[in-house]
Amino acid sequence: MTIADGIWQQIFNFDHYGELLALVRNSLVAGAALGLVGGLVGVFVLMRDLPFAVHGISEMSFAGASAALLLGVNIVGGSIVGSLIAAGAIGLLGARARDRNSVIGVVMPFGLGLGVLFLALYKGRAANKFGILTGQIVAVDTPQMSWLLGTSAVVLVALAAMWRPLAFASADPEVAEARGVPVRALSFAFMLVLGLAVALSVQVVGALLVLTLVVTPAAAAARVTASPVLLPALSVLFAVVSIEGGILLALGGSIPISPYVTTISFTIYVVCRWVGRHRIRRWGAARATA
Amino acid sequence: MRPTPAAAVSLRGAALSYGERVLWQGLDLDVAPGEFLAVLGPNGSGKTSFVRALLGQRPLSDGTLTVLGRPPRRGSRDIGYVPQQGTLSTHATLRARDLVRLGIDGHRFGPRPRTGAVRRRVDEILISVGAAAYADVPVGLLSGGERQRVRIGQALATDPRILLCDEPLLSLDLHHQRAVTELVDARRRSHGTAVVFVTHEINPVLGLVDRVLYLARGGFRVGAPDEVLTSEALSRLYGTQVDVIRVRDRVTVVGVPDEAAQSPHHPELPHGARP
Repeated sequence: MTIADGIWQQIFNFDHYGELLALVRNSLVAGAALGLVGGLVGVFVLMRDLPFAVHGISEMSFAGASAALLLGVNIVGGSIVGSLIAAGAIGLLGARARDRNSVIGVVMPFGLGLGVLFLALYKGRAANKFGILTGQIVAVDTPQMSWLLGTSAVVLVALAAMWRPLAFASADPEVAEARGVPVRALSFAFMLVLGLAVALSVQVVGALLVLTLVVTPAAAAARVTASPVLLPALSVLFAVVSIEGGILLALGGSIPISPYVTTISFTIYVVCRWVGRHRIRRWGAARATA
Repeated sequence: MRPTPAAAVSLRGAALSYGERVLWQGLDLDVAPGEFLAVLGPNGSGKTSFVRALLGQRPLSDGTLTVLGRPPRRGSRDIGYVPQQGTLSTHATLRARDLVRLGIDGHRFGPRPRTGAVRRRVDEILISVGAAAYADVPVGLLSGGERQRVRIGQALATDPRILLCDEPLLSLDLHHQRAVTELVDARRRSHGTAVVFVTHEINPVLGLVDRVLYLARGGFRVGAPDEVLTSEALSRLYGTQVDVIRVRDRVTVVGVPDEAAQSPHHPELPHGARP
């Protein structure tokens, strides 16, 4: 067997696939929930120009998760606490867009440093450490499942309640304020929702690659549609396909799930860019003849 | 003097100041239904604060203000608001029709009910402002003039009795300036909507306005354009020699002193662009 074959075997291996599939049923359920959350939250991350905030929050989420690992408490809980602290800080200190990026730039390395500290102190399995950074959903157990699904439900209910005013405030803050939309309160509320969504995504793809679930699917969808119904629907579809596809492909191999998820997600984005490239020209032509 | 009950907007002894700095004071003004009032003045003279006061976003420091007989309140459906071009997020993933729809029910929490009535109303509005051809185009791909047309549709979505426009012509070319002002003018004639039109460029609206409110140096002048836009009136307002030159149907104001202290809340207006 050549070296190339060996690497291929590590990446794709479908021996005993049926038996393995039964083991990851939990993960597939969790993946679907996270795809739904990531795809929907991503729509607003895009509209509010928050990809950098997502990255900043995920580093604090990493710090929270590693602290939880060190203390031997629930890792999902730890990562949620870290996320919410970061999201709250960014929401309070960086209400104005031009302050926001510097606040994030300050919070992010601090979170990463704390996380490294906690992991260095942790004497347990190395795989646990690596998992927080690069994803570990295949190991989702039942108590973690209830945390994941419960938090997903909170995010989905919050989004459903504030969808319209949040869209208004995100796209058109001046007129939204004139129409009585509580623009600042919604901005803060969305940061907290984003914090929860990021903490969830950290469980799947790890702190380093959260953007692939929370930004890429929505960005891909926005290349092909601007419809307020189709865009979130496509974004969710893309996120779910990326996660579930990632889980299924990763099953037999011996590498973490995140490279599969990120590759699928990125491929979808490239295809959408290609499909959407005629859009501008088409609208231009439509109006010229109108 | 009591506020006039029938007025769309009524101010009595109204003043607005930031700490020591008085933007304007002693302002008595009634805007009648169907009236077209242009609000002029240099940067930092309190034009935007005037708008914010009408929207209920800024309390007066003195005097009274009533909008349709009541104190102004946030989110009133009786005021349609058209902001500057360019206030729309560059990241907004919306179509023209979605922007108009947000003007109807965008402030409501909870899931959106499926109603064909709202969709038909959006279509009507888009037709009435001449934006039907690009109803399904993402707003990011619209030109500035097209976007302001949609903006006016959005502002009219609640069938308001007052149309409040804050520099709606900024960075539009002449052709689109005319199109936007004509839309506004047509609305007030057909529906008796009072128009408060804040602008630093009087010429596009000169032939349409009934009265001008000119704010400068903590003072103001109200009256017909011919009374306010004169060398004598503006010289008195600015406290220095200012010349108003009329060339055919255009007005140019020469010699306006530079405001030493630029207003902190209005830095985005191009400096030096004056009526």
